[in-house]
Amino acid sequence: MNNSERVPVYLDYAATTPADPRVAEKMMACLTMDGDFGNPASRSHVFGWKADDSVKEARGHVAALINADPREIVWTSGATESDNLAIKGVAHFYKKKGKHIITCKTEHKAVLDTCRQLEREGYEVTYLEVENSGFIDMKVLEDAIRDDTILISIMHVNNETGVIQDIAAIGELARSKGVIFHCDAAQSAGKVEIDLEKMKVDLMSFSAHKIYGPKGIGALYVRRKPRIRIEAQMHGGGHERGMRSGTLAVHQIVGMGEAFRVAKEELAVESERLLALRERLLAGFSDMEEIYINGDLSHHVPGLLNISFNFVEGESLIMALKDIAVSSGSACTSASLEPSYVLRALGREDELAHSSIRFSLGRFTTEADVDYTIELVRKKVDKLRELSPLWEMYKDGVDLSKVQWAAH
Amino acid sequence: MSVYLDHNATTPIDERVFEAMLPYLNGSCYGNPSSAHRLGRESQQALQLAREQVAMLVGVQPGQVIFTSGGTEANNLALKGMMAVVDAGSALIVGATEHSSVLAPADALQRAGYSLAHAAVDSNGVVKLAEFERVLSKQKTALVSVMLANNETGVVQDVKQLSAMASRQGVMMHTDAVQALGKMKVDFDALGVAAMSLSAHKIYGPKGVGALVVKKGLTLPPLLHGGGHEAGLRAGTENLAGIVGFGAAALLMQSGLQQRTDHCEQLRDRAEQALQTIAGVVIFSQQARRLPNTIFFAVDGIEGSTLLMNLDRDGIAVSSGSACASGSGEPTHVLRAMGVDDGLAHGAVRVSFGSGNTVEDVDLLVASLQRQIESLLKLNSGWA
Repeated sequence: MNNSERVPVYLDYAATTPADPRVAEKMMACLTMDGDFGNPASRSHVFGWKADDSVKEARGHVAALINADPREIVWTSGATESDNLAIKGVAHFYKKKGKHIITCKTEHKAVLDTCRQLEREGYEVTYLEVENSGFIDMKVLEDAIRDDTILISIMHVNNETGVIQDIAAIGELARSKGVIFHCDAAQSAGKVEIDLEKMKVDLMSFSAHKIYGPKGIGALYVRRKPRIRIEAQMHGGGHERGMRSGTLAVHQIVGMGEAFRVAKEELAVESERLLALRERLLAGFSDMEEIYINGDLSHHVPGLLNISFNFVEGESLIMALKDIAVSSGSACTSASLEPSYVLRALGREDELAHSSIRFSLGRFTTEADVDYTIELVRKKVDKLRELSPLWEMYKDGVDLSKVQWAAH
Repeated sequence: MSVYLDHNATTPIDERVFEAMLPYLNGSCYGNPSSAHRLGRESQQALQLAREQVAMLVGVQPGQVIFTSGGTEANNLALKGMMAVVDAGSALIVGATEHSSVLAPADALQRAGYSLAHAAVDSNGVVKLAEFERVLSKQKTALVSVMLANNETGVVQDVKQLSAMASRQGVMMHTDAVQALGKMKVDFDALGVAAMSLSAHKIYGPKGVGALVVKKGLTLPPLLHGGGHEAGLRAGTENLAGIVGFGAAALLMQSGLQQRTDHCEQLRDRAEQALQTIAGVVIFSQQARRLPNTIFFAVDGIEGSTLLMNLDRDGIAVSSGSACASGSGEPTHVLRAMGVDDGLAHGAVRVSFGSGNTVEDVDLLVASLQRQIESLLKLNSGWA
């Protein structure tokens, strides 16, 4: 197959995405002398007013995708900052009410590391287990809520497995218990429907670069009714109604606004297209031996597929797949050679967790990309398995779990 | 036609910076720098180059540069981070005329239980050395933060001297060099500080990116947790296009400083000479060492905001001081600290020139000012 003009085939949309041309165009218009280069905080001249208008428009686009009020949107430097601001912001503001936080073992590092920091500050954190499907058991969550619980932080779509948590149900439960609910929606915005009029989510984190916007910009939704208070983490000129200081990066904000506008427009059609592509990818692997899908596909983001190819080491496979850009899990932990903590939480053994590949498809993925990927992956997996003594033992019918390995 | 004279608030992007950013904006180069695949590694290399470019501008090693979302975050990271590693109850000193992104985190630290003192300035806005020495020698002082150049008056502090005084007392020093960068020589080692904040959008780079430059071996806990980017000091997927733009802007600032200085000084001097002939005009900090591009003045009996609006109608963009406080209507804390009375301070106007300004711009400004001041004064006397 001659696919050279598309090599490497990019299937790592969960790590980051290229900017959509419509986004790029809007951003570039802010970056020239005759564009919106003004500081939106400048109140005394037209350069500042124009920049402020652009920010306002973008705020409207972000709010529209999630059915929120523009005044509920606080700009940040990305989802990591949003998660930090939400969790620390609530913890510090409501510390007199209680110091207990509930989160989950499969959350992104931005949530987990923030919770670890709060533990150092004297807070208590419960890290919920998940079922092998990747879902949280609502009963387990309910039992974890205590009188001093102030915050539940559970992500919408998991970045490694693509599993969608039932945040509507979590919201109902949290509201009924008087606990604030934060949700990291970096992987779900623009991919699955979010309606914050209906969902009882109090704080929600967003990122632009996961949906064809620029890196380095994000937002935090902060509910107005009932009003949620947070303590600012970045102090200064009092931008964003005091919740987040710092000069607004107009081109970045405009890019995020456009990305969210396009996402709203295309969500329904694009979801179907991506689902079909994912099914095509999965069908291409379905007759392979010893493959395991990570995460339940019944409530799942359309463009993501995480598979463990048993008897193949994930990093070796990634190296072998030079012409396809994929990852073994989260980009943010990809430097470490540890097996994914997310897959471990789903009950995967180290070996299987080590042999996982996350395929994440997106707006520019074609059927040809998927077909090329199937062919290449099958070829490389076969080749790596041929070299594997474990694979040979398995083929000979040896039960590897019963093998006594000699110490050395 | 508009004349932009508010470069201390923000600057337009240099075309060459824009060119450098372009592949990272339009979807050609987009890998996540943390990704192990080729696209990710290419992004990582772009980050590294930008880090070298920023490092070179201030004379440090690339490893000493921590990229942030801007000057505000860099100041927050410096103050909160450096105070987090000293004993509880330690004291912090900040200059009385600091930017709000230093004053506000200092206030937050005070609420968290640290003591806070402000270093007083004289009527020109220069930190008083004797008083500085006195507050410095107070017990438990751990950190002092004084800006290199003031965003409103343009006053340049003698940070080298201040840091030497601080280090004699075993006190760490941070400086906010956001306004100084690109307008004067900024050499990290020569300043003798432990940490220094920078921002890209004041040097013809993009908004939303800055850096904290730190001394080797400085321990600093992060402000943002998760993912361990920037050697564990600042989590979050890097603002790739922004950082590349910051690097490109820094590279451009490495040469032509004298030329930029001469150009701005010529414009400033021309404007100031004309301003001095207008009755009631007071130019602040004129006796102090200042940035070459900044004029901060007031006209006795004229409300600054009214003057600004009238200038805007003439197509001239200036400000009343810091953009970050421009919604408030309060007289600036900088002039208060200098002992300027509130009445005069209400009339404050800041003009800040940039590379793109011309002599014609100055003449348009001066003509507009003369006309507006005259008519406003006439209006005032008519009411009296």
